[in-house]
Amino acid sequence: MQDVTTEKKEYVPNIVAFCCNWCSYAGADLAGSSRLSYPANVKIIRVPCSCRVNPMFVLKAFQRGADGVILCGCHPGDCHYVTGNYYTRRRMALLFSFLNYLGIEKERTRVEWVSAAEGARFSAVMNDFVKTVAALGENKRLTDLRCKEDKNDA
Amino acid sequence: MRDVELKMKERAAELLKSGEVARVIGWKKGEFYFDPEPSVFETEAELENFVYNGFCGANLSKYLIAASKKPGKTAVFLKPCDTYSFNELVKEHRVVRENIHVVAIECQGKLDISKIKKLGADAVTEVEELGEKVKVSSLYGDMEFAKEEVLLEKCLCCKGKEHKAADETIILHEMPETKNDRFSGVEKLEAMTPDERFAFWKGELSKCIRCNACRNVCPACSCVKCVFDNPNSGIAAKANDTEFEEQMFHIIRAFHVAGRCTDCGECSRVCPQNIPLHLLNRKFIKDIDTLYGEFQAGDVPEGKTPLTDYRTEDTEPGKVFDAEGKHA
Repeated sequence: MQDVTTEKKEYVPNIVAFCCNWCSYAGADLAGSSRLSYPANVKIIRVPCSCRVNPMFVLKAFQRGADGVILCGCHPGDCHYVTGNYYTRRRMALLFSFLNYLGIEKERTRVEWVSAAEGARFSAVMNDFVKTVAALGENKRLTDLRCKEDKNDA
Repeated sequence: MRDVELKMKERAAELLKSGEVARVIGWKKGEFYFDPEPSVFETEAELENFVYNGFCGANLSKYLIAASKKPGKTAVFLKPCDTYSFNELVKEHRVVRENIHVVAIECQGKLDISKIKKLGADAVTEVEELGEKVKVSSLYGDMEFAKEEVLLEKCLCCKGKEHKAADETIILHEMPETKNDRFSGVEKLEAMTPDERFAFWKGELSKCIRCNACRNVCPACSCVKCVFDNPNSGIAAKANDTEFEEQMFHIIRAFHVAGRCTDCGECSRVCPQNIPLHLLNRKFIKDIDTLYGEFQAGDVPEGKTPLTDYRTEDTEPGKVFDAEGKHA
């Protein structure tokens, strides 16, 4: 039966994490096999390189109901494709600064470098990011009314 | 200005007559004095309607994408600021440099008819530029304004009067420098709180009717197939469905020209809703300047742009702001 009490549920933000296949995704894997927890509301999307992330991916994530978007890649200098994350760094610095300029809270977006050996760091970064976004509350500035339904279903 | 127009017309006729070029791109008379329109002239007879006056603000460089692929050379009249866009198009291999004959022309700053109308001059029949002043003749009499009051937004922060590309020049008068406070608008917004900024942009962007004029006029937006034309993008609609569409459109539009935008100001000039689109582009320009060193797109027709380049010691995205959210 549906719970009809007026008791307010604790707000749980939706987080999308783009993780590069070679470092951060393996880092997440290590966090798992090391039994280090990170919030279940972090949805990981595996990308071949952090450089694969088109600015539109970030916006689409917000459109579909993400409250925060985090990009994880190899540490600068360690990119599997040698220079990919250097380009990511410039792109995302500009994009996130621009989103802030449009009034979208800068805490909702983040770039972190996590290597395959940093399971503990992955878990710490995700915990911290979820905490930061939860404090901000629901993302109301970059949402699409047409996608609202999807969000409730999730 | 009249003598410059005559000289240009004469030169265009010469070029066409000698067969040196197959076509000339310039401006022709519009319905009114204040709306000359870009035009391609292929015969001497067509030059009858050739015009060059204070309202020829349009940047002709984008028309060269199509023209440079046609047989024969194309001559084009470019103002100093238009040559930046031209260089950018050459750099990106959108325009074949060998097929273009650039005639660098003088520019005394271009006028904004909406500003003139706002100051009370209606049914304008002619405008005479007299140094710091402009004399506006209309059906209801003559008026005189300070030139600075009626200049286009893009001319208020002129990039300088030096042509960055030229095969020949037509400069008959001295070109005065205009003041350059390119980033004051951006700084004003940066000083606001995020809430104020959001309210400001919500107000501005909600005026957008998605006519795509800003995209179509932009010399940097030269993709044959645009991301916004993809029906699956969810933002290819003719009218915006939700607020998100206009945000998405303007964020992506500005991002796609980041590092390549020469700040020619055409987007703001053509916007029928008067959205200050230059404030979006200039934010990227300002960020690039502060984070990666001063860069002027189109300065030279070769080399890398900031987003196709990197330094190992670049600023981390998280360190772009300090604790107060200001640029570190």
